[in-house]
Amino acid sequence: MEVQLIKIEKRNDVSRSIYFLTPVLAIFLTLFGGGIIFFILGFNPIEALKFFFITPISDLYGLSELLIKATPLCLIAIGLSFCFKSNNWNIGAEGQLIFGGVVGGGVALLFYNHDGFYVLPIIILSGAIGGMLFAMIPAILKTYFNTNEILVSLMLVYVAKLLLDYLVVGPWSNPEGFNFPETRQFSESARMPILFDGLRIHAGIFITLITVFLSWLILYKTYLGFQIKVSGFSLKTAKYAGFKGKTMIIIVFMISGACAGLAGVGEITGPIGQLHRNISPDYGFTAIIVAFLGRLNPVGIIFASLIVALTYLGAETAQIFLQVPKYTGQVFQGMILFFLLGSDYLLFFKIKFLGLKKNEL
Amino acid sequence: MYKLFLRSLISVLFFLGFSLNVNAEFKVGFVYVGPTGDHGWTYQHDEGRKAVEAAGIKTTYVESVPEGADAERVIRQLAQSGHDLIFTTSFGYMDPTNKVAKDFPNVKFEHATGYKREHSNVATYSARFYEGRTLLGHMAGKMTKTNTIGYIASFPIPEVIRGINAMTLAAQKVNPDIKTKIVWVFTWYDPGKESEAAQALIDQGADIIMQHTDSTAPVQVAEKAGVWSFGQASDMQRFAPKSILTSIIDDWAPYYVERSIAARDGTWKQQDTWHGLKEGMVAMAPYNSAMGDDLVKEVEQLQKDLASGKVHSFTGPIYDQKGNILVAEGAVADDGMLAGMNVYVKGVEGDIPQ
Repeated sequence: MEVQLIKIEKRNDVSRSIYFLTPVLAIFLTLFGGGIIFFILGFNPIEALKFFFITPISDLYGLSELLIKATPLCLIAIGLSFCFKSNNWNIGAEGQLIFGGVVGGGVALLFYNHDGFYVLPIIILSGAIGGMLFAMIPAILKTYFNTNEILVSLMLVYVAKLLLDYLVVGPWSNPEGFNFPETRQFSESARMPILFDGLRIHAGIFITLITVFLSWLILYKTYLGFQIKVSGFSLKTAKYAGFKGKTMIIIVFMISGACAGLAGVGEITGPIGQLHRNISPDYGFTAIIVAFLGRLNPVGIIFASLIVALTYLGAETAQIFLQVPKYTGQVFQGMILFFLLGSDYLLFFKIKFLGLKKNEL
Repeated sequence: MYKLFLRSLISVLFFLGFSLNVNAEFKVGFVYVGPTGDHGWTYQHDEGRKAVEAAGIKTTYVESVPEGADAERVIRQLAQSGHDLIFTTSFGYMDPTNKVAKDFPNVKFEHATGYKREHSNVATYSARFYEGRTLLGHMAGKMTKTNTIGYIASFPIPEVIRGINAMTLAAQKVNPDIKTKIVWVFTWYDPGKESEAAQALIDQGADIIMQHTDSTAPVQVAEKAGVWSFGQASDMQRFAPKSILTSIIDDWAPYYVERSIAARDGTWKQQDTWHGLKEGMVAMAPYNSAMGDDLVKEVEQLQKDLASGKVHSFTGPIYDQKGNILVAEGAVADDGMLAGMNVYVKGVEGDIPQ
């Protein structure tokens, strides 16, 4: 019997422009694949894609909703890019988001019926610190006790979720709320200012933009950014260069946690306005897709977060207008990642066919 | 100046959105918290929606809408896209529903299981599930050998505590030695957690399993362990044919059809609806003949009496866990007390999580 032999070789000459173009290619392939799925499901593919990707953002309200949905994804993904670039696998951004929300929410409840311009900044700051401290747990365990940060950060998500459950059911539940698992609505002074009447877009977007700019500054213009990049390419090189690996690991986790905490506090002081059990529909996990889709690059992440946010909105509109099952949104997210990883593989590796050979077995 | 311009632009767009929808066909929208295939809570609401559709009214639904920041957008989108009546079918949609209702005074909103009606276009509705629990308690009290009833509870809100109490009171009436053991799972739908809870209760000696959660996992665990169980929200008989004695069925269909027609014909009014066995919003699945003809007859009679009002689930004397009297001999708990119920009756084990 004869078999085809295949050899996989690394390519050395990957051009930078193609590297940043493959996500765009992945999105087009997703649109194409999505069209086929809609067709099989019995919908007109063009019409379905229109309802999925154009209708949701065809008015100002839709655009504002897109930004609201993209804001936490962008923030978390920016933070994660620090970790992922330096080979630290923080999978627990969801937990850091929730913990940031818990700390920020606790402060907001402390300032209940308390006016003053300083209330909101204190809440936001405490949320960021909360997320940061929570992210330091896996970082310290990794650097000093050699634990696996993937497992620790992931398991801490459940700890954060259970803590939130406990607080909103028990000590922090609304005294006038008939025991329902939620806190009071925060007072006005603890809410993000709304930018335009009638829309939900709030001042949190400025925090996101500032964070994006700062992270670009850190990643590309500082010694720390250089360390992160070198560690990402090769840990050994980083060691030879004499970088203090442990400090850097802790710092990237702190940045990542602070960003996730900011996202959490932005949600509860923004569109939600209170603490309850569902402050995040798994933003922390979706942001992992966003980070990679954006090539771990601050500008790329902005676009990636908008696109992924659109898949959520699109799934809702497509269900309202065409009764397309809502889970197609998740299918689209999966397809984007699949096509991105697939084209990456072909980008970095060559597949060589070495001809037929006799199989000795 | 710029901000002023933007504001006026937005209001013009809003206005256009309104006027475009005025002449559109009458449509009803539904917002679900779970997938339509959960075979419990959401499944039953979707059955109700299908009944509205069968009555010749166009409907739309959005499933698995998280109770966080997304709910408001989905509700608003339904309102904006020409839906005239919107049912939001989970407690967590309470504030978002009221917020959107404020901006769409011409659209009617109906929120299930909540208590806020902040605007004249918001109505609330729920069902007297506790009447069904009274029937379950009667059967459980008669069928148990270990005198221990296992109860999987979701959240310590009045609705759930009311169910626990109604069941325990009815069980005690036929079997004074009854004890109710409770596991709080703090979720409405999590097959994994629910089946663990069922197993834990069986391990503690419960030979009757009932649930105030939505998945079919507990009845399946009961079937395997060979103990009795009761289905929740929809008829779960086919998931545990031997074990299930009956199921409490939430039948929203008549209510949804009635309210949709009222909204279409312009007779819709704000109200707070709390229907039970009498109106058919709470119904019972066929009784399992394994409990014997005599018991089936007894339960059927009790069901009739509850529906006619001859028997009330909360008739005094009712004592709390410490023995203080809650409802005097011969008296009946009023709806206000039922709506805010936050203590266990005597015979329930443990404390309410606070």
